[in-house]
Amino acid sequence: MNKMQKAITELAEMDELAAQSSPVHSLHPAVKLIAAVAYILVTLSFDKYDLGGLVPMVLWPVLLFQFSDIDVRTCFYKLRIVLPLVMAVGLFNPFFDKTVLLRLGNLPVTGGFLSMLTLMLKGVFCLMASFLLMATTPIDNLCAALRQLHVPKMLVTLLLLTYRYVGVMTDELAVMTDAYHLRAPGQKGIHISAWGSFLGQLLLRSMDRAQELYSSMLLRGYHQHFHYADIKPFRKRDAVTIALCIGCFLVLRSVRIAEVLGRIVVR
Amino acid sequence: MIEFQHVSFAYEKDRPVLRDLSFRIEKGEAVGLIGANGAGKSSVMKLLLGLLQGEGKILVDGVEVRKDTLAEIRRKLGFVLQNSDNQMFMPTVYEDMMFAPLNYMLTREEAEARVDAVLARLHLEHLKHRYNHKISGGEKRMAAIATVLAMEPEAVLMDEPTSALDPYNRRIVINTIRELDQTRIITSHDLDMILDTCDRVILLSEGRIVADGKASVLLRDRELLERNRMELPLSIMGRPE
Repeated sequence: MNKMQKAITELAEMDELAAQSSPVHSLHPAVKLIAAVAYILVTLSFDKYDLGGLVPMVLWPVLLFQFSDIDVRTCFYKLRIVLPLVMAVGLFNPFFDKTVLLRLGNLPVTGGFLSMLTLMLKGVFCLMASFLLMATTPIDNLCAALRQLHVPKMLVTLLLLTYRYVGVMTDELAVMTDAYHLRAPGQKGIHISAWGSFLGQLLLRSMDRAQELYSSMLLRGYHQHFHYADIKPFRKRDAVTIALCIGCFLVLRSVRIAEVLGRIVVR
Repeated sequence: MIEFQHVSFAYEKDRPVLRDLSFRIEKGEAVGLIGANGAGKSSVMKLLLGLLQGEGKILVDGVEVRKDTLAEIRRKLGFVLQNSDNQMFMPTVYEDMMFAPLNYMLTREEAEARVDAVLARLHLEHLKHRYNHKISGGEKRMAAIATVLAMEPEAVLMDEPTSALDPYNRRIVINTIRELDQTRIITSHDLDMILDTCDRVILLSEGRIVADGKASVLLRDRELLERNRMELPLSIMGRPE
């Protein structure tokens, strides 16, 4: 199995994860969507030096992992490519901001180091929240929820079809990569001289397949209106759940839990 | 039911693909559309489905295939693509089968009842909740046929339905085609399958109809087939030495 085929399998595995049943899976998709967006916004709102305030935000993903029966290792495995990129964002902060903000014993902790850790944590938390949303909500349900929230039909259809076409494009890429390597044994990757024609062919082939798929949709009555999953209507209970989630995030944001716990322990 | 009247088509102006094609297919007929590569078989299908526009007239149940009648025409015709991967774009077989009935404004309950009926008829109940990427090529082909039958079309069009299938799955597909009561138009190079499933054959060569008649007669005409870059079906040719 080449890398591309692995990617296709992994993409499909997300659909399988989302189709499982658990208390989190059974929540209304709009609840999960709004909660995830609120969580990300609250997480991003922390000051760059506020590591102590940010750490308790881990409680939300931990809670979701517990109640969704999704292994935390699956999350980190699936995010293994983007996580290093997110972690690298603040990597140079220690070199630019050398103000000593606190000392751990004799060890000085600079503002740059703190802001690097804060940025890294923010990235990891946001990725985890996005992963948990995707792993507990099928894309069709998510799109149905977006429509319930009055997001324009065009945008939602675009999102759904992009999600589907990523698989088609990766599929073509897998076939082409195999064909290339079979005639270029021992070569690592695609040689730079072949990049142009490779990408050109990939585009043409993907367009051909996309056209076939679209024809297949048209021939089965598609008329710019997707019938998303049949999700439950948004009820009072769902509104209360959202309010509770946002309330929890705001408490985590405003109450410095780490300090409170520290004070209790010191006392 | 399906009628081509003097239909011509060309992708490029000076290279016609179909030339003045006229034929009529009655309701319930099973017709094999055969010919060498580039003879124009797929173009005939695409013109009939309104995916291509040519000259001349194409009628389905007396309704001309035009831009404004496409919805009505396509509701009557189900098309099974050669590559099932291009047909199945939803995550599971069930969702794929629900796609057309929901588009034709059936309620979820009605659509599901129809899906269950088709799956039972084709003995594919075990595939209902399977993921499309996890089923075998043979199962995928059968699922693709099921998605089309869930539309309850009046005619089923199939492009190379037995290509890339092993003998066992090929036989399952053939038996399924034989059991369909709709009008069937099948393009294929698998002449044994055509002989098994079709009463009538239309032989195309360079965009023209060179023969139109009973499958059991035309597919025994070695000279006609060889002249048009084909061979007798193996079942007629006999076992090679």
